[in-house]
Amino acid sequence: MAKTKVIEIEPVSRVEGHGKVSIHLDDHNNVQEARLHIVEFRGFERFIIGRPFWEVPVIVQRLCGICPVSHQLAAAKAMDVIVGAKKLTPTADKIRRLMNYGQIMQSHVLHFFHLCSPDLLFGFDADPEIRNVFGIIKKMPDLAVQGIMMRKYGQEIIRATSGKKIHGTGSVPGGVNKNLSVQERDSFLKEIDQMKKWALGALALAKNYTLEHIDMVREFAAFNSSHLSLVREDGALDLYHGNLRAIDAGGNIIFDQVDYKKFNDYIMEEVRSWSYNKFPFIKSRGHIDGWYRVGPLSRMNTIGFIDTPEAQKALEEFKGLTKGKPNHMSLAYHWARMIEVLHCVEKIEELLTDPDLQGNDLLVKGDRAEEGIGVVEAPRGTLFHHYRVNKDDQVTYCNLIVSSTSNNEAMNRAITKVAHDHISGKPKITEAMLNHVEVAVRAYDPCLSCATHALGQMPLIIEMYDVNGSLLERKGKCL
Amino acid sequence: MKKRLATVSLAGCFGCHMSFLDIDERILDLMKLVQFDRSPLNDFKKFKKRCDIGLIEGGCCNEENVHTLREFRKNCDVLVAIGQCAIMGGLPVMRNAIMHAEDPLRECLDTAYLNSPTVFNASNDIPNDPALPLLLDKVYTCAEVVKVDYQIPGCPPSGDTFWLAMTFLLKGTAADLPYELIKYD
Ligand code: SF4
Repeated sequence: MAKTKVIEIEPVSRVEGHGKVSIHLDDHNNVQEARLHIVEFRGFERFIIGRPFWEVPVIVQRLCGICPVSHQLAAAKAMDVIVGAKKLTPTADKIRRLMNYGQIMQSHVLHFFHLCSPDLLFGFDADPEIRNVFGIIKKMPDLAVQGIMMRKYGQEIIRATSGKKIHGTGSVPGGVNKNLSVQERDSFLKEIDQMKKWALGALALAKNYTLEHIDMVREFAAFNSSHLSLVREDGALDLYHGNLRAIDAGGNIIFDQVDYKKFNDYIMEEVRSWSYNKFPFIKSRGHIDGWYRVGPLSRMNTIGFIDTPEAQKALEEFKGLTKGKPNHMSLAYHWARMIEVLHCVEKIEELLTDPDLQGNDLLVKGDRAEEGIGVVEAPRGTLFHHYRVNKDDQVTYCNLIVSSTSNNEAMNRAITKVAHDHISGKPKITEAMLNHVEVAVRAYDPCLSCATHALGQMPLIIEMYDVNGSLLERKGKCL
Repeated sequence: MKKRLATVSLAGCFGCHMSFLDIDERILDLMKLVQFDRSPLNDFKKFKKRCDIGLIEGGCCNEENVHTLREFRKNCDVLVAIGQCAIMGGLPVMRNAIMHAEDPLRECLDTAYLNSPTVFNASNDIPNDPALPLLLDKVYTCAEVVKVDYQIPGCPPSGDTFWLAMTFLLKGTAADLPYELIKYD
């Protein structure tokens, strides 16, 4: 067999968290394989065991500083089941939804403006000196300020509903711990028109980029796949609650309106030796063909409609591009993301005018249960939390499938395709070529922090070193 | 002369970096004062020049974290540990307690490969690729590995805390933070 050499992109930058890419090449620089490795683990699923259940929403959100609210909400929904809260009060339900919209808005905006816009606006092969948010601030200060202010708005919504911008405490088992004051409401309402204008502007930017580069977008890291998300009972986009729907590459239903509490019957995760991240797949289709994508692009493919007017209009245009068939282009994630930002702004406006937000009925409880499953649509896709709690209120079991894990196979396919198309056979491999690979990863907005959460999913500790680098212990496979 | 600033996220959740961005529009002012060197916010994967200030989020859970942290110490005049993870290990340090369990390895394996209903592992192969950095025996705080000059507590420190601390650091003095900005959450 021919010798292979390996190029590493490390760390993958302008994504959130820690990962690296390795590209295996033969003597003629033909790409043999490209892999995205999740290189770290922190161990949440294991060390949460034994903790009191009411701590869980606060602890697990520290998986991730970009989407803490999603983890807080998924855990709180699971704990609602534990405390027997069958139906939250309208105030609690709406405060949580508001928090979720604030979260998705700020996360999408951060990803688009702070992390990705440099690739789109300056070009994938632009000078790395300016190809970053600081370059945008320098060259396009107006646009940069819009991004900063929209993110700030989302973060302020989170602070008002959750207590802090990052790692707050708002959602608790059975409800929430505060409502929204009239002053807070009014300060948000004052800015909502501005936000809508900017959201429309960002949407136009993402859309025009896609249409102007459509030949490239159709090719770049594009491949067919199944898609999965929550949808509301009537098929509408719902980012907080719903049932599972999966479609295949042609848009045919694989399963629909599945109660997410049964997700264990539908989804499994494959372990591969080269990543701490697992590879989920739809059980009925097997581990080879069962992989799927999640996130904004998938949601635009699975849902029937959006229940806010401007975003629905945008969705129709988006679907027009592929004549109503599923859109499989990795770079179309950006456009889909900006449709969701607009939707969030419209929803925030709708909620702010709802007097339920000032209600004082915050908590419910009922008969204790021993097992709880909570699922939400996080910015990056469907997020599953599953817990068991014993009579002494201690967590005895925890399993999390995070959004970026669901996109693991897709991201690996994306980088492999880009590596083949842009690196294979080239005599000299440049920084710009490697950035193409990263652009493919970034399209998925992977939350590598989330993906590194698992100790429960941790592989064998191969060798253990102390901090001075001396080998403490070596273990082989002992399964 | 602008000061050079480098930042990195080790075994953290990226929340400290996010909170840094919560200085919002003040980042425009900051950019008049600093030049960013290596940081996950740009594509400089190695140090370009010696830096005045290095901000570290997260402690060390694998050999790569240790290596990166030492690089930062070598290349930065002032090293600042940001947030509970960098200062005290934060939540990831909870795994140190499990390490004292009777057979932690077995336990981890059981949790990972036997007891999780969603796992499919046909070959019973365990992630062991050379591309994966080796895990440390336990999670270390930054100060256990290198000399740390300043610490800014909080999980994460708020945007305001970052802003005020930065203004002090850029002046070259120790930050005198008011009580309300120092949080140990
Ligand atoms: S200190 Fe808190 S916010 Fe910062 S990295 Fe650690 S968990 Fe995240």
